[in-house]
This record gives sequence, C-alpha cells and structure tokens, in this order.
Amino acid sequence: MSKATISLETLSCPSCLQKIEAAVKGVNGVDAESVKVMFNSSKVKLDFNADVAPIETIEKAIEKMGYPVIKSKVKSA
Amino acid sequence: MQIKILRQKNRITWMSGILIVIGFIAHFGFNNVTIFNTTFIIASILGVAPIAIQAYQALKVKVVSIDVLVTIAVIGAFLIQNYEESAIVTFLFLFGGYLEQRTLNQTRSAIKELTEIAPESALKQIEDGEFEEVDVDDVDEGDILLVKTGAKVPVDGTVLTGEGHINEASITGESEPVSKREGTNVFAGTILENGTIQIRADRVGEDTTFGKIIELVEEAQDSKSEAERFIDRFSKWYTPAVLVLAFIVWLFSRNTELAITVLVLGCPGALVIGVPVSNVAGIGNGARNGVLLKGSEVIHDFSRVDTILFDKTGTLTVGNPEVAEKAYYGSNIDEVLGYLASVERESDHPLAKAVLKDIGETTFSTVEDTEVVKGGGIVATVNGHRIAIGNVALMEQENVTLNEQAEADIWAFEKNGNSLVLTAVDGKLKVLMGIRDQIRPGVKKDLQALKRLGVKNLIVLSGDNQGTVDLVSKELGLTEAHGHMLPEDKAAYLQKLQAKGQIVAFVGDGVNDSPSLALADIGIAMGSGTDVAIETSDVVLMNSDMSRLPHALGLTKSTARNMLQNIVIAVGVVIILLASVFFSDWMNMSIGMLVHEASILVVIFNGMRLLRYRLRGHNVNSDSVN
Repeated sequence: MSKATISLETLSCPSCLQKIEAAVKGVNGVDAESVKVMFNSSKVKLDFNADVAPIETIEKAIEKMGYPVIKSKVKSA
Repeated sequence: MQIKILRQKNRITWMSGILIVIGFIAHFGFNNVTIFNTTFIIASILGVAPIAIQAYQALKVKVVSIDVLVTIAVIGAFLIQNYEESAIVTFLFLFGGYLEQRTLNQTRSAIKELTEIAPESALKQIEDGEFEEVDVDDVDEGDILLVKTGAKVPVDGTVLTGEGHINEASITGESEPVSKREGTNVFAGTILENGTIQIRADRVGEDTTFGKIIELVEEAQDSKSEAERFIDRFSKWYTPAVLVLAFIVWLFSRNTELAITVLVLGCPGALVIGVPVSNVAGIGNGARNGVLLKGSEVIHDFSRVDTILFDKTGTLTVGNPEVAEKAYYGSNIDEVLGYLASVERESDHPLAKAVLKDIGETTFSTVEDTEVVKGGGIVATVNGHRIAIGNVALMEQENVTLNEQAEADIWAFEKNGNSLVLTAVDGKLKVLMGIRDQIRPGVKKDLQALKRLGVKNLIVLSGDNQGTVDLVSKELGLTEAHGHMLPEDKAAYLQKLQAKGQIVAFVGDGVNDSPSLALADIGIAMGSGTDVAIETSDVVLMNSDMSRLPHALGLTKSTARNMLQNIVIAVGVVIILLASVFFSDWMNMSIGMLVHEASILVVIFNGMRLLRYRLRGHNVNSDSVN
C-alpha cells in the first residue's frame, strides 16, 4: 500500500468533496476507507495499491470531474 | 473536450456576462428583440455547458449536486423560452462560483502563509563530497546537508561541523536567534541568520517538528465538529429532496416556471460553506498569532471553558528561581560563601544555580566526601570543615541549633513564598537564603483579560510548597491555589472539577503534565512546540508567552459565534426564499439566484472578519510567528 497526498486547485463548493470522494473511491486499487478529501487545504489523502492503480489513474479520475491536480506526493509504505 | 470547457470556466463567465449586457442594450436601447433573444440564447448555452458537465460527472458517481439542480432549472427555463432567466441564472451561478473561489482563498491565506514557510530545497552531499541542490522530498534520514547563511534548515538534524545563529521563530515563536554548534539540534523551517553549518538529517518531511505543526493545522482546518457532520449528512439528502419537491410542485401546479424556481431557490450553498469558512479563518488567525487550535471541536469546547488550571512552573512564573532574600549569622561570611559556591558548583539542582548566580565571583576550594541527602540537601567537606547545605530538616538532622533570630527569619522568608537554603559550617548556621521564582511580566494583565472573557475560576496547582503557591496566587488574584501536588494529584483534582460539571482547561508545559493535558476538556500546552505537547494537547501556544492565552480564548469565542451567525444566515435565507416563492409574486429564478449567491458571499465575508480578530484592549507581544 502506498500513501498519496494530492494537491488540487482551490476547492470552492463543498459538494465538490462528495464528487471527488466518490470518483477516487471508484478507482480500482484505492482503499475506499482511507480516502479523505480536505476542503480547506484542497487536498486528497488516500492509501492505494500502486500496482493495481498507478497514481496517474487516480489523478485522471479527479481531473475528469473537473478539478485540476497541481501535484501529487506518493510515499510507498 | 470536457476538461477543456471546464478550464475555460472563467472566460465563459466573462463572455456570457458581456453577451447579457449587449442583449439588454439591444433590447432597451434599440428595442431590438432579435439581438436580445440571440445573445441570451448564446449566453445560456455557453454558460450552462460547464455546469452541465459537472452535473453529469456528479450523477455518474451518484451524487445530486447543486450543479444538477441548476442545470435542470436552466434547461427548463430554456424550454419554456424564458431565455432571460436561463442566461442570467447561469451567469450568476458561474460568477458567484468565481467570487467564492477568490474570497475563499482569502480566508485560507493565513494558513497558506504558514505552509509556505516549509523549506523546498536542500543542498545534499553526493558521492564525490560536493553539495548539490535537491528537492526537499529527496532528502533521506542520514544524508549530509549544507546550510548557508540566510537559508532555511530543510530537515530536523544535528550539526556536524560549523557554527552559526538560527532564528527558530517558526518553531518556538522566539525571535531571538539561538547559537548552534557541533552536536546541537536544528529544526526544519528555521532560518540560519549567520554562519555556515553542515548537518545530518535525523527526521525529514512530515516527521519534522515543523512538518507536524503544518499537518496539525491542515488537519485542524478540515476537522469537523458534530454540528458540521450533521450538516453534511443533511445536505446529502437535502439536494435530492429539493429535486423531488420541485417535481411535486410541477405535478400539482403544472407550472414549469414555478417548479424550476424552486430548484434554484433550494440550493443549499451558504449552509454547507458557512461553518468551514469560519473554522478556517479562526484557525488561520490563531496560526498567525502563535496559537495552534486543533480543529473545530476544540474551538467549540474552548469557547465554553469556565475553569482554567495552571501548572505553576514555567507558566505563571519565569521558571528561573532567584535568590530574593538572605541573612548572615556570625563572622567569616566571605569564606563561607566560597565553601557554599564550591559545593553548589557540583550540583545541577535549580536552587544551586540560583545560589551560584547570587554569590558571583568567589574563591573556590576543593570539595571532598560529597553526600546527597535525599529530601534534605548536600553534606560535604571543604578545607576540613563539615559543610551542610539544605533545608530545615537537614539542619535538624545535622544537630544545628537555630537561634531566635534565625527562627524568625526562616518564618518570614517562608511566608514570603521563598524556598529556603540554609548553610551550616561545623554545626553552626551561617547563611540563610530565600529563593523564589519571579512572576512572568504581564501575566497579571493576561489573567484579568481571561476573567473579563468569562472564565470564572483560575486555579494554580503546583508541586511547590503551599507558601510559595499562596503568594503567587495572591499576587495574581487567582481564585484558588494548591501546593504539594504530584502530577497524579493534579489529574485527580481536574477530574473532581469535571465531575462537578465544570468545563476545564489545563495549561501546562506539555512534558510533566501529559495526563492532565489529556484529561482536561481542553489541554493547552505552553512553550516550544515539542512533539509531546503537539500530540497530547488540544491547543498549543507556540512560545511561552501568556498573552497568547486570552487571544486564543477570545478567538475561539468569536469563531464559535461566527459559525452560529453563518448557520442562521444560511438557513434564514433558504426559508425566506422558499416562503416568498409561494407567498409573493416578485420572486423569480434570477432574483433567487442573486440572493442565493449573495448569501454565500455574506457568510464568506463574515468568516473573513475572523482573520482580523484582535482582543480589544489587549496587546499581544508583537514577535509572533511570521
């Protein structure tokens, strides 16, 4: 399991949280329990299996919802 | 394609705004309905595109978002050929979103300032011994790093070579530079003001003290209180409910106009954004002023505190005892002071340091046969004399007789709150010293400010003797004072108060008092941001400055109030809007959207006031974390 912190452009509507959360949870290989979308810091924190879902796939899922990703930090555990 | 449209959202907003203006000019200036309709149709289609895409994305993950409500409303307006409504509503929605983002950035600015202090690069030693600039994420524990004058220390580490002065304000709040040399520890985020040092990385990234502070603040601003979680659950069902309501209205009235107006008016915007905005602004203000608040639950509890317990050492007093009073008996005092200093020089007891400082320059002699008497003091031999240094109990044990004068002095010194150090040479009392801790400057004013903020009980709990504690208490105007307390006694006392229904905050240094800090409704750690303090407490005062405490309390009270105001505004607006659509005839989609977006901006601006919060009539020392 790897840990990722994905920084997004400023989130302004709290309903974005639900959308991003659902989108990230929908990616195969992401530990759904661990997904945490932080509204004020505009970040997503999650645990995922990098072999099943490379970070790019997760970023793409978020960008497809209309929220540009600024950068991702991945820490393999 | 979809992403492209979303990226162009701001441009689309401006374009549809301009089209609407052109349309109005054509309509009212030149009475040209064709241009009016054309521009409004284009503006509607243009404007609804990004909203519809977001609505579609949301539905795909089974979320009924505000976008969904707005999209349906706009399409509905379009179908009944009310192009004016559809254009204006989409424009207001987009423009409102743009303003929200801008203003939200403002409320978050204080915390952003803090995270931006984080170091980004480091000079790392590579194989050939040279140093190369790398991203701070690429530094591992054990790496050798070079820090030059003016640069930020990138990690927590140990100085290997070189020396210099470091400004540690970002960690301790103390702006006075600290001298660093071989073997001393340095912290990430601090600034090397002069000199050049090489360090070994001990802790990197989020494990550094500064990393932990940032993580704490970031988690705090997004932490949710019970009320907020309720609002979240509520809004998850609220939006679909509005959709159903609009459908029911349409079923019974067959009035599309009315149904889509309900859709727009029902948007929950201000409700879901109101509380997080107050929260982030309040925590941001704290972070800027050296007060770390761990989340909105903490804000809620702290704002209701009625009892504050202080651990005396290091909070109310300087924590640096000094000789305040002394008395000499008999002759050869200079010689005796020399003996006293020689013995005390070998002790690391805090009272010994105070004694040495008071004696100053003297002739030192060789000390032999030193024996530490537990709970009493020290007995040693100097130049063939038997020297006993300690408290009254030690004197009794040594069979030193205390004459009437000495008895009177001892009584007076103790009454003044001193700890006593007696010195006897060959069984005769020679020197009596009264040592006490100084009260921190400004503490009295700070405590009065706390009382004005509504704290009823200010209680000191201390391990010192009752006389000392009483004196501090009297001087500061505390409500109660208890001495001779061990850490477990303090914890028990705290629980007793809680059982009586009081909301108790405990102020400690975060090292000896972890049990009490953890047990208290609000644990407040004073002093530098040590790991223990950060982990066990709810509020961290970044330096040992008591003036932060009234600011922290006032801030949490204001923030809690601010949240309540925002909830009232948000709920009130929705109720008024929905009521007026059914009971008045002036309400329409555009006005509804305007009021709705305005209410969002109102709660954001209301939250923003917290960024400028200052306790009235109270000056916080200016050297905050900046």
